[in-house]
Amino acid sequence: MKKLLLATALAGLAGTAFAQDVVRLGTEGAYPPYNFINDAGEVAGFERELGDELCKRAGLTCEWTTNAWDSIIPNLQSGNYDLIIAGMSITAEREEVIDFSQNYIPPASSAYLAATADVDLKSGPVAAQTGTIQAGYVAEQGMTLVEYATPEETIAAVKNGEAVAVFADKDYLVPMAAESNGELVMLANEVALGGGVGLGFRSSDTELRGKFDAAIKSMKCDGSLDAMIVKPEYFGPNAVVFGDAGKEGC
Amino acid sequence: MFSFCADPKAIEGLSWLSCYLTSTKHLAFYGSVGTVLLLLIITAPFALAFGFGGATAARSPMLPARILGKTYIAMVRGIPDIVFFLFFVIALDQGVEYLKSLAVCDGGLWPWQGLEFRVCKEAKVPLATSDAFWHDAYGFTLAVVTFALVFGAFVANVLFGAMQAVPRAQLETAEAYGMNHSQVFWRILVPQMWVYALPGLSNLWMILIKATPLLFLLGVEDIVYYARELGGSKTQAYEYPHPDWRLWYFLALLGFYLLMTKLSEGVLGRLSARLSKGQATAAGEAMRKAAA
Repeated sequence: MKKLLLATALAGLAGTAFAQDVVRLGTEGAYPPYNFINDAGEVAGFERELGDELCKRAGLTCEWTTNAWDSIIPNLQSGNYDLIIAGMSITAEREEVIDFSQNYIPPASSAYLAATADVDLKSGPVAAQTGTIQAGYVAEQGMTLVEYATPEETIAAVKNGEAVAVFADKDYLVPMAAESNGELVMLANEVALGGGVGLGFRSSDTELRGKFDAAIKSMKCDGSLDAMIVKPEYFGPNAVVFGDAGKEGC
Repeated sequence: MFSFCADPKAIEGLSWLSCYLTSTKHLAFYGSVGTVLLLLIITAPFALAFGFGGATAARSPMLPARILGKTYIAMVRGIPDIVFFLFFVIALDQGVEYLKSLAVCDGGLWPWQGLEFRVCKEAKVPLATSDAFWHDAYGFTLAVVTFALVFGAFVANVLFGAMQAVPRAQLETAEAYGMNHSQVFWRILVPQMWVYALPGLSNLWMILIKATPLLFLLGVEDIVYYARELGGSKTQAYEYPHPDWRLWYFLALLGFYLLMTKLSEGVLGRLSARLSKGQATAAGEAMRKAAA
């Protein structure tokens, strides 16, 4: 019966073959303003607009799919989608298992969000999302780390006192602080981590990576990437942009 | 959904709430209740079938069948669910695609290259070009197979115990009447074992109802995923910004699970009464006395 079900599913799928090639984009859908599921149930945010634009420039048909952050790399390697576009920072550790495109967000600051400005980070504990560079940094610094599966839970942990502060991308935390009615404040100390945010590809997929690299470069050259980053609904006018450095070699 | 919902940030109060609760994402949340019920309805008979097969094999007079049955029970029961759901599903998916690649790809390259799994794009299941619906349906099918395998192993253990609990005298009597091994099994053992299996099976059913959050590991969005996603605090980037409302969503889930438990208990109670009729158990004895 189980085989029968699979066979029926396969037969159903065979009918839709031979259309144009589709590139499947994998994202997390829980990290505004990078990527989130909007009230219409669709992937939205900075990376939605960026991904659609890159696909247009590369002449590819793209489709969006969401995957839990924990298993986002194994599912890329297993071929369930063709690239990761999920606010993933470029790090040496991840370079060992997947390949990154050039960055589409420059190395930005990570920051702390806490209930009061005078918390003792050393005694902690400090909250961070599992498997992020921020979680790695907190552990390296000898602070007590508590990890959560989603960014949302890290914020909730500070609100209910499980952690004294959350350490994450500054771009994610700033709107959280702004809309907390003073309940949460940004701390002054910021740390620059990683090599910026890039698209993740299977190491064997050099051709696809080349196409997206070219598309990102063209967006850096004509300034449209910087313009997208500073949009008020994404990272705002104070965000770090590529500027003239991004236009080298155009 | 309603015409006044066009600009959600301009409305307030009840009309805001009615718009909020009928946003596309909320409709998907209500739909996911159906997904969960569908999964339960499909998985339960499959798990029962797997369990019955496993238990029958584990007490078979043939050694290879016995080894197979016992290995299945021990292995699946021994592996933590979360490991099973993370790795088994990826392996199952890759196995399906590998088999398909043997048929549709030419120039067979061994697909497992280092950390990556590579088959030609015609062998992808579902194909990258297929509708989102097929991706969901495939994920759902993988979920049913995985749930049925995992819960089947537990069911097998329960049924194995239940088969052993049927009084030996009953089987001996049947043998004395001249029934062969399979007649004794189907006519005497199987009809009587259910009453011993029912408490264990009802436990498993309750656990299965609450195990559906594991679905998200397979990319299937269930009610707990939606409750967490919808309840989380929403910034102005969303159409309906709100603070952390997860408590309310989880309270709604609590209501759902209590309702499911209540309904299940009703059904299981009736089933237990029916199965106890005429049995050599305390419940069967009580029914005989009440009737007399």
